Amino acid sequence: MLQIENLHATVAGKPILNGVSLHVPPGEVHAIMGPNGSGKSTLAYVLAGRPGYEVSEGSVTFTPPRQPGLEPGSAFLKGSEEKRVPGQARDDGRALDFLAMEPHQRAAAGLFLGFQYPVEIPGVSYLQFLRESLNSQRRARGENPLSGAEFIKLAREQAALLDMDADMLKRPVNVGFSGGEKKRAEMVQMGILNPRFAVLDETDSGLDIDALRIVGEGINRIMRAPDKGVLLITHYERLLEYVRPDRVHVLQAGKITRSGDIELARSLEREGYAEAAA
Amino acid sequence: MIDDIRNREAHEAAEKLADYEWGFVSDVEQEFAPKGLSEDTVRFISAKKNEPEWMLDWRLKGYRAWLEMEEVDWAKLDIPEIDYQDAYYYAAPKTKPKLASLDELDPEIRRTYEKLGIPIEEQKVLAGVEGAARVAVDAVFDSVSVATTFREELKSAGVIFLSISEAIREHPELVKQYLGSVVPQRDNYFACLNSAVFSDGTFVYVPEGVRCPMELSTYFRINAENTGQFERTLIVADKGSYVSYLEGCTAPMRDENQLHAAVVEIFAHEDAEVKYSTVQNWYPGDAEGKGGIFNFVTKRALCSGARSKVSWTQVETGSAITWKYPSCILKGDDSVGEFYSVALTNNRQQADTGTKMVHIGAGTRSTIVSKGISAGRSNNTYRGLVKVLPRAENVRNFTQCDSLLLGSECGAHTVPYIEVKNPTATIEHEATTSKISEDQLFYAMSRGLDAEAAVALIVNGFAREVLKQLPMEFAVEAQKLLGISLEGSVG
Repeated sequence: MLQIENLHATVAGKPILNGVSLHVPPGEVHAIMGPNGSGKSTLAYVLAGRPGYEVSEGSVTFTPPRQPGLEPGSAFLKGSEEKRVPGQARDDGRALDFLAMEPHQRAAAGLFLGFQYPVEIPGVSYLQFLRESLNSQRRARGENPLSGAEFIKLAREQAALLDMDADMLKRPVNVGFSGGEKKRAEMVQMGILNPRFAVLDETDSGLDIDALRIVGEGINRIMRAPDKGVLLITHYERLLEYVRPDRVHVLQAGKITRSGDIELARSLEREGYAEAAA
Repeated sequence: MIDDIRNREAHEAAEKLADYEWGFVSDVEQEFAPKGLSEDTVRFISAKKNEPEWMLDWRLKGYRAWLEMEEVDWAKLDIPEIDYQDAYYYAAPKTKPKLASLDELDPEIRRTYEKLGIPIEEQKVLAGVEGAARVAVDAVFDSVSVATTFREELKSAGVIFLSISEAIREHPELVKQYLGSVVPQRDNYFACLNSAVFSDGTFVYVPEGVRCPMELSTYFRINAENTGQFERTLIVADKGSYVSYLEGCTAPMRDENQLHAAVVEIFAHEDAEVKYSTVQNWYPGDAEGKGGIFNFVTKRALCSGARSKVSWTQVETGSAITWKYPSCILKGDDSVGEFYSVALTNNRQQADTGTKMVHIGAGTRSTIVSKGISAGRSNNTYRGLVKVLPRAENVRNFTQCDSLLLGSECGAHTVPYIEVKNPTATIEHEATTSKISEDQLFYAMSRGLDAEAAVALIVNGFAREVLKQLPMEFAVEAQKLLGISLEGSVG
């Protein structure tokens, strides 16, 4: 589903990723662990297309699983003539060259990035922000935008599932929220946008034990499906006890140095990266 | 679908209205004063309007005073030399050719109309399409039912809402009493020019204790052929009355008259409240700044009576040059003045805008919220005066001035003047300058918004405190307008 091949990336001229290769098949959750400065967040930003994160080598291919009944390329035929824009279809099994797409095009294709440090947008409510975002994605896919009433209903449902007061969504995006509230709000956003593939960058940091469980359950509920995938970036093993990744990778100095199952995460927790790498 | 219904209704209403003695659209042949400014020009204008002697005298007095005045140069504006003899002062002939249909309209303007969701019939009027109902502008905006019933309703409430030319003829005693009472002729160069040659404008009188039953909008009475070059507006709110007045238009307005100098006077008696909202989108010129409108506006309110309140809200996105300081003279005890402003400049636009709050009465309060947005190579200045006179006890003022920069070639400037002559005053001033951050842009784009939509969203959030002061329908249009005005400003 997500195919990363020999990815090299630099930030401000400094090489951060030095040949990452990784394949996440549909239906799987992969965790990436690694020490500070190993390139975890850079990998997340490169996948989402952040300006300033220059790819010098390698490729990222996103192949949304073909929906039953859809022939390859047929999603292009769903909309009217003018809606048929390359890079928009996501359900027809065609591979998309992510590195050639803008961040918003990747989002429309089904990518979601959960931010380590969610950004404040003063004066813009979550509701307004997410409704415009979702409808922008839907239009790009040739789907009808949701009406105000439909959207509010969806937003309320998703907030409730993450144990968040729906009135919080009337507040400006991430303004005045605690670190934990922001992370939970990121998961509500994910629930509303309902992506195909989520890259979650240290979503567990700043969460207390109860919130960690709620967020872990949220990830399972929203993203555990045969046609979805997750790349979970974390420092700690705790979240993995809830989400239970299919694979665990260790990123060190911009390269995947080890891969294994959840036992790898547990041994890292006990012994630390230096020990585990040895 | 709704647009279709709106269009049809508007069209029908416009046709009906075309037969009415509406009074706002003059039916005289398109005559005009020759180019240039002289006493003869002033006499010509006055005669065309069948004005009484006292009005002509007032104009002439203004003209003679103007001859002795000089243009102001304290604003942070680069104003090209204006040749006042090379302009028309009355019903300038349209050099803009009539269009046979909307298809002939500049596609860029057409696209803007569509983005704003302006109904087709209205687009035709704005674009000057041959045969478009001239009164349609009166009818189309807001709901049609309002347009057809509003005059009756206002009449039964006792509210006078007329063009100023009509008011001079029909209510000379009121006009005589208040004209120039808030903005004296010699107040400044441009106000003085206006007092000599004002073409038309609006007169509103709300009687004692009356709450005006609807928002009064210039949409209802813009004469499409001769819009706002030298507009003169006079609003009088008698004791305990209330009125909300909307001026302007979100659609881009082209005008061959480059020089605009309007005057707005508001007189608020005891316990009266006036809310004045403006959306200004005059043609700003091309990307290099060629051809835009120079907009020199004097707007002032006198809160004459105790507990009176005047609130200015403005969204300024147009004009090549904006020179404008809607102000409040807080004379009555416990009177309140408010100024909420969004000024957006792009490309080569220049804006020097702000307010003056002059506290004369005891217990007077003022609030200033200014949001400046600069993009391209534009310059955007907030200039504001808060003045507390010696006898004004217990005055409060709160000022907040925020500037948002897009790109690195634009300028934002904040020039506050604070003069306090009474020690009991509480004056607060907050100012911030920020740039739209890469973080915000990327965050919004990662959720599915393209760069332009992301910028529009962030800018609207920045301006929200001001936009929420606008009446609902206006606010929605103003939001779209901010986004459209910034198109092309993100790389």
